[in-house]
Amino acid sequence: MADPAVAEGLPEVAGVYWRPRVTAARLRRRERVWTAYTVAHVVPFLATSALLMLLQPLAFAVAAICVAHAWIIPALYAQRGANVLAPKRARDASEHAERVSVGLLGDLVSHDARALHAKTGLVTERGSLGTWVVGPAGAVLVRDGRGRLGRADCWCVRVADPDLPSGDRIAHLLLALRSDEAGFATVANLAFSGAVWRVRGRMRAAARPALDAAAKASR
Amino acid sequence: MSRLIRMDRTGHTTLAEWTAEDGHAVDRAVGAFREQLDLGYFAMVSTGEGHAEQVRELPVDAELVIMRLPISGG
Repeated sequence: MADPAVAEGLPEVAGVYWRPRVTAARLRRRERVWTAYTVAHVVPFLATSALLMLLQPLAFAVAAICVAHAWIIPALYAQRGANVLAPKRARDASEHAERVSVGLLGDLVSHDARALHAKTGLVTERGSLGTWVVGPAGAVLVRDGRGRLGRADCWCVRVADPDLPSGDRIAHLLLALRSDEAGFATVANLAFSGAVWRVRGRMRAAARPALDAAAKASR
Repeated sequence: MSRLIRMDRTGHTTLAEWTAEDGHAVDRAVGAFREQLDLGYFAMVSTGEGHAEQVRELPVDAELVIMRLPISGG
């Protein structure tokens, strides 16, 4: 029997009652939609470019613009995915508050995760859907067990107070994730779903080891 | 010694400390806990590596109870 003192699932899910609860099967379906969406952007531009070259080689410049579009649009989507892990420092948080918040976060994670956070500003967490990389304003779920060829689902999710120090914002997301992983993914907004390498290439270099660690852990 | 803390702009604030044997300290902690719930905070307790649960009543035996704010899609 459920303990009445313990809440079932993440209470924030009630605020997005219209969303179906995230499951591994639903993630795979979304993954296929994102892939189809990318193909639908890339193929017409490449086909137009090839057709132009076939019909009129002097239209090389226009064909090149089409190829550029075929590259830029998926790149922008991947950039949007990478941005969920961009560092977001609170406007008013003092150095002391940052240090205190990182200390608390350190108490919540393992020694390895603590060391990774010191290096990257991000925390990794194993879940049932895959391995998560959690930042102050978002999280990336790495799954499929194929390392950098695996899938990265990038979620925008944040705590209500943007002025919290970064360690506290990560701790908020981490605790919510640990209490109800599927609920966490349901509340968060999916910004991008694609190959890990596409996201990795657009992350800042200092943060990449966190994604690498998650990719390795998800194997 | 158990602790009730709230994550806030200072990093975190300790709201109460108690031991299960000290009834007065427990009462004060329960009061502080309810006050935070009324302010819209959620109470979280770690339940082993990689696991946490949200509680509606102060778990007197818990070592650390953390109050957090709601999250939402960005």
